[in-house]
Amino acid sequence: MPLREDIKKVLVIGSGPIVIGQAAEFDYAGTQACRALKQEGLEVVLINSNPATIMTDKHMADKIYIEPLTLDVVKRVIEIEKPDSVVSNLGGQTALTLSMQLAESGFLAEHGVKLLGSNPETIHKAEDRQAFKDTMEEIGQPCIPSKVVENIDDAMAFAEEIGYPVIVRPAFTLGGTGGGIAETCEELHEIATNGLRLSPITQILVEKCISGWKEIEFEVIRDRKNNVITVCSMENFDPVGVHTGDSIVVAPAVTLADKEYQMLRTAALDIIQALKVEGGCNCQFALKPDSFEYAVIEVNPRVSRSSALASKATGYPIAKVAAKIAVGYTLDEIVNQVTGKTYAAFEPALDYLVVKFPKWPFDKFVYAKKTLGTQMKATGEIMAIAPSFEAGMIKAVRSIELSMDTLTKREFTALTDEEVEKKLFDVDVDRSFCVFEALKRGISIDRIHEITKIDKWFISKLNNLAKLEKWLSEGELTKEKYETAKKYCYLDSTIERLSGQKIADKPFSRKLAVYKMVDTCAAEFSAETPYFYNDFDEENEAAEFIEQHPSDKKKVIVFGSGPIRIGQGIEFDYCSVHCVWTLKEEGCEAIICNNNPETVSTDFDTGTRLYFDPLTKEDVEALIATEKPYGCVVQFGGQTAIKLTKHLTEMGVRILGTQAADIDAAEDRELFDELLEKCGIPRPKGETVFTEEEALKAANELGYPVLLRPSYVLGGQNMIIAHGDADVSEYMKIITSHELENPVLIDKYMMGTEVEVDAICDGEDFVIPGIMEHVERAGIHSGDSISMYPSRNLTEHIKKVIIDYTEKLSKALHVIGLVNIQYVVYNHEVYVIEVNPRSSRTVPYISKVTGVPMVDLATKIILGKKLKDMGYKSGLYRDADYVAVKVPVFSFEKLHDVDNQLGPEMKSTGECLGIARTFGDALYKGLVAAGYKFCDPRSGANPNSPDGTYGVLISVRDSDKNDVIEIASRFEDLGFKIYATGGTASVLNRNMIAANHVYRIHEDQEPNVITLLESGEISYVISTSETGRKPSLDSVRMRRKAVERSIVCLTAIDTANALLDCLEAKRNISEIELVDITKI
Amino acid sequence: MDFENRRKASLILADGTVFEGKSFGAEGKVLGEIVFTTAMTGYQETLTDPSYCGQIITQTFPLIGNYGVNKIDPESQGSAVFGYIVREYCEEPSNFRCEGNLNDYIKNLGIVGIYDIDTRKLTRIIRETGVMNGAIVCGDFDRDALLDEIRNYREEPPVPKVSVKEKQIFKAENPKYNVVLIDYGYKFNIRRELLNRGCNVTVVPHNTTADEIKAFNPDGIMLSNGPGDPQQNPDAIKTLKELIPAQIPTFGICLGHQLLAIANGASTMKMKYGHRGGNQPVKDLAHDRTYITAQNHGYAVVGETLSEAVGEVSHINNNDGTCEGIRYKNAPAFTVQFHPEACGGPHDTSYLFDEFIELMNGNK
Repeated sequence: MPLREDIKKVLVIGSGPIVIGQAAEFDYAGTQACRALKQEGLEVVLINSNPATIMTDKHMADKIYIEPLTLDVVKRVIEIEKPDSVVSNLGGQTALTLSMQLAESGFLAEHGVKLLGSNPETIHKAEDRQAFKDTMEEIGQPCIPSKVVENIDDAMAFAEEIGYPVIVRPAFTLGGTGGGIAETCEELHEIATNGLRLSPITQILVEKCISGWKEIEFEVIRDRKNNVITVCSMENFDPVGVHTGDSIVVAPAVTLADKEYQMLRTAALDIIQALKVEGGCNCQFALKPDSFEYAVIEVNPRVSRSSALASKATGYPIAKVAAKIAVGYTLDEIVNQVTGKTYAAFEPALDYLVVKFPKWPFDKFVYAKKTLGTQMKATGEIMAIAPSFEAGMIKAVRSIELSMDTLTKREFTALTDEEVEKKLFDVDVDRSFCVFEALKRGISIDRIHEITKIDKWFISKLNNLAKLEKWLSEGELTKEKYETAKKYCYLDSTIERLSGQKIADKPFSRKLAVYKMVDTCAAEFSAETPYFYNDFDEENEAAEFIEQHPSDKKKVIVFGSGPIRIGQGIEFDYCSVHCVWTLKEEGCEAIICNNNPETVSTDFDTGTRLYFDPLTKEDVEALIATEKPYGCVVQFGGQTAIKLTKHLTEMGVRILGTQAADIDAAEDRELFDELLEKCGIPRPKGETVFTEEEALKAANELGYPVLLRPSYVLGGQNMIIAHGDADVSEYMKIITSHELENPVLIDKYMMGTEVEVDAICDGEDFVIPGIMEHVERAGIHSGDSISMYPSRNLTEHIKKVIIDYTEKLSKALHVIGLVNIQYVVYNHEVYVIEVNPRSSRTVPYISKVTGVPMVDLATKIILGKKLKDMGYKSGLYRDADYVAVKVPVFSFEKLHDVDNQLGPEMKSTGECLGIARTFGDALYKGLVAAGYKFCDPRSGANPNSPDGTYGVLISVRDSDKNDVIEIASRFEDLGFKIYATGGTASVLNRNMIAANHVYRIHEDQEPNVITLLESGEISYVISTSETGRKPSLDSVRMRRKAVERSIVCLTAIDTANALLDCLEAKRNISEIELVDITKI
Repeated sequence: MDFENRRKASLILADGTVFEGKSFGAEGKVLGEIVFTTAMTGYQETLTDPSYCGQIITQTFPLIGNYGVNKIDPESQGSAVFGYIVREYCEEPSNFRCEGNLNDYIKNLGIVGIYDIDTRKLTRIIRETGVMNGAIVCGDFDRDALLDEIRNYREEPPVPKVSVKEKQIFKAENPKYNVVLIDYGYKFNIRRELLNRGCNVTVVPHNTTADEIKAFNPDGIMLSNGPGDPQQNPDAIKTLKELIPAQIPTFGICLGHQLLAIANGASTMKMKYGHRGGNQPVKDLAHDRTYITAQNHGYAVVGETLSEAVGEVSHINNNDGTCEGIRYKNAPAFTVQFHPEACGGPHDTSYLFDEFIELMNGNK
């Protein structure tokens, strides 16, 4: 029986803003699901607060609510839309939790709404610790033995029972403070005593220590007929102890014999059957390396990051299949799209190996702890498909955008052998590179295994690379050497560097990559869906495929944006996908090349053909040789794609849209200055320097504060505002130690209103869909600012100047397509800060709110159409009926030691949108969606505070002290008790605000800020400091404490004012209109 | 990995295609039918599966030998495989049960191996043209002469080579049933599954007569898997025909399934490239359930040729609709084309052994 008769209208709950641990994979899953449901003729209602997603695009659902993902709001959407069912398992943990709450509260039953996917019982069994344990016990699946104890004797007795080593985890201490691994009973005595003391409720969890076990995952699917299959197995390079999201992962599992593999596969099938999941499910196991003993670590009865990876790794669309199962189909009825001949009831067979490599934000957060553990820290990931693990790793490192093309990490080469061996003990983001360095130093595989517990299989494979590189570096570069290196997917440039010889001088010819197909079945059946990866065999299946599918259509390659990281997020995937859709509509063949497994762009049916490969010059060269495209599009794939422009131009490939020389003119400081001068547009004064001395001199001439950054930056990487000589010196020391060849730019920092504009240009006309104004004054990265559309405080004159400058700049840069320009309005003058001749972070949300399909228009323009023929007039587009406020979302609680004070360097991982009729309502919605808590002393006592008061802690730098007076007074008027540190307190008190003085951390006196923050009384912290970043600083520690205690911490005066506006207006989400954006 | 001292080997297909690779395992020259398996684990079970007798096996998964070899996992004594083709074999395997590496293992078994060839290209050729004969040869060779040899190559009936010569008896711990296992090239795990369920197992040679079998007075008969074209076993078919009237509970796997079907008047066909691997979906028609199965066969029963009076097709392959199982009406017998004993491959259908036990129970 196919579709259930009783399902006509389905509510899909999305996963909200991108945070660490819940990222683009849910846009991919949600988009697949929405499309699958629509194909079935169902009416789809969607709620998701994330505006940057494809999922919230008008094509994806019949009704779309970009609204806060809170229980109340979801309930209201159900009341308004009256769906007959809700899908629980496609929007990550957020959707699963909301579904569970809706079901458990009886709301769904009351409204006659069915829960599809995972039912409440399933969710309960998987999520509740005890229920999960009981269920596993019932079906004979071993869990990790653990027990909550409250005294030392019970701890010792339990450890005797389960055997050492054990892990002690104290309850309610953050970051696992006070816990540890005990190998013996003496050690346990010490650690447990300490843990019990540190736990505020004198409670610890004693758990069998399984660190060092293999971590294996299975992606499983079940339908209502109880048909069950595993889509993919995955094995972690890092043994248990490192979060799977932070581990290098290979698919399929490689070190398991059939006996172990089938044992775990059968366990996974038993688990999904016991939980009665209808759809996808992820099962994580720990397998003891020296026996058949295993334990179930975790089960997620929903699609997940792993299911996205498994889908891309195998070609099996898990989310799509899960959606069809949710509405009644069974696996034996759903056709396998890849082969077109077989059904979803089968298990993919791979004839390649997939390597997933995480992308961490530590190139940005230089002071953050790089250690890895059970808390995920990666913001994104890449996937490499290759015939071997070695080749997969080589392709992976060049996809991960760390400027690496081998596993050699430059800073390790300077270490002594002893230091390298010592470094092996660190479980951190560089561990795979450290293993490689150790192998090059001749440290034995056994020794490395002993220290890291990484399976010897992986180590010996890395050793093959070390041996190969040594072989390359010795003697003549022969054809045999060259071809061996190519089989491991080394770039020609790498081979030349390692061998010190030029391939052009050799009697053999260079090899260019060819393509193999990903077909779910290891070539057993001929496949119809074109999904390729490169390697160095002879057969070129992509070329063959193109030949067999002749077409008169123009072939256009769209380059994607690579891994999701801070500064280059999901919005670029939105743009790439839209570009592809429009290209197809315009009668082109749209070919995608990207390496990010989490995204919609790398879904095999998004483009005409998909190439899952690194985005480097040589990889692209092979692609061009195979596809022979009409042209390439680089402006939608962020800086990753933009960087390819020069190479493509050199290869003689047509760039569709803004040309390489013009892109250069916008990015090169000198060229850009010339251009500005020609246009008569001012920019903040600045200079280019190379050394610390030059920097200090320039800074003093410009006058502090100044803005420092390296040329060619993305997302404000390595950008700071210096308030004095010390800041400049510290900064220059860091930059010069990185041996960057690019100079450092120093600009006068103007603390004015920041304004941002995206424009579409065709060379003659230009359209600005909307002017965005930032709530925070310049100095905070645009990605971290609250952004308002339409602009709120700009005069008509200023707007005219901005429109005029935008026109001049886009014409001078010969922009064809999209351009993003950032301005600062300072003393009624408009200055240009930055011009990016490409799509930007704000394009998705502005497109959705204004109704101007920016990427679609830009794509048509790069194909030769004109704005005026498409019905658009030059200038600013009319204001929309709604106000939209974009609020950034951060993942600070996951990144220890990162200073949460905002500045010119971007720190947010995602964003939410508030849409409403008025600015106040939109801002409020945006803040609610982003998780800001609204505490109001007028509505009763604070339940978390001993005496029921609500407190605000203020500690600001001198330059903010004047501005903070009004803020404090407004908080006081609302009934908040004001606390402040020394200087701030005396300024406030002098201005008749009753501020209670609290001591700073280092003053080590009560009342101390730490005690206060722990008391539960504080609702908001307002903290700014002149210097930041270093985790040892007092102000940073205080802000971190606020993050740990989940206290709203505001680090800009303007944000505090905006929050106060909302508090004073006493807004209530239940009184604000919910907006279906398809009607805008 | 030693990048320098590698010996050349070539793979030559009957259609003239030559793959240049490198030699591993035993050196020399070998001819046989080239088949591919898509299984990603279980290479040692594959190498010791007697159903592969006389064949040259290609592994579509590129990394083979990762977890080494051991003495416990083989599914038969020695190996009947002639040649082995992998993309890459692992020189430094890693697993707690590992007792040696793949290279030494197949060398000792006398299997000629070739690696470092594009196994996907090879698989695609076989998929398009069907299974064909070929040869692996180390060092230089005369292409035309070898092609003649390949084209004239005819394999002898393989079952006699892999079947036991004498009966063997295996006792269960708490025996409840006596099962005769007719050995056409059985995998050890069939025996283990029976022993685990309280069956004493008497393994008898493929050419044991019906009277000899009846003389054991068995509670059930297990027809094993085995290699080659089922039609090449007239004696075995005759025996099965004679056993039908005895109404002894019978369970057949793979070749056993095909032989009983022929004995019951059905015909078989050679498939283009067969089913080999651990991911084949099979639908149990009576229960409307699909199971993932391990398979290894190049011939199939033509379901339509089975008389309705004799039995019915109980299982079909979800992908190509071929017959995967028969439930008989004229005798207490059922057979399947796939391998419920797994090893390697999924254990999802091991319940069929339970059904065999029930069948014997019901007959007691």
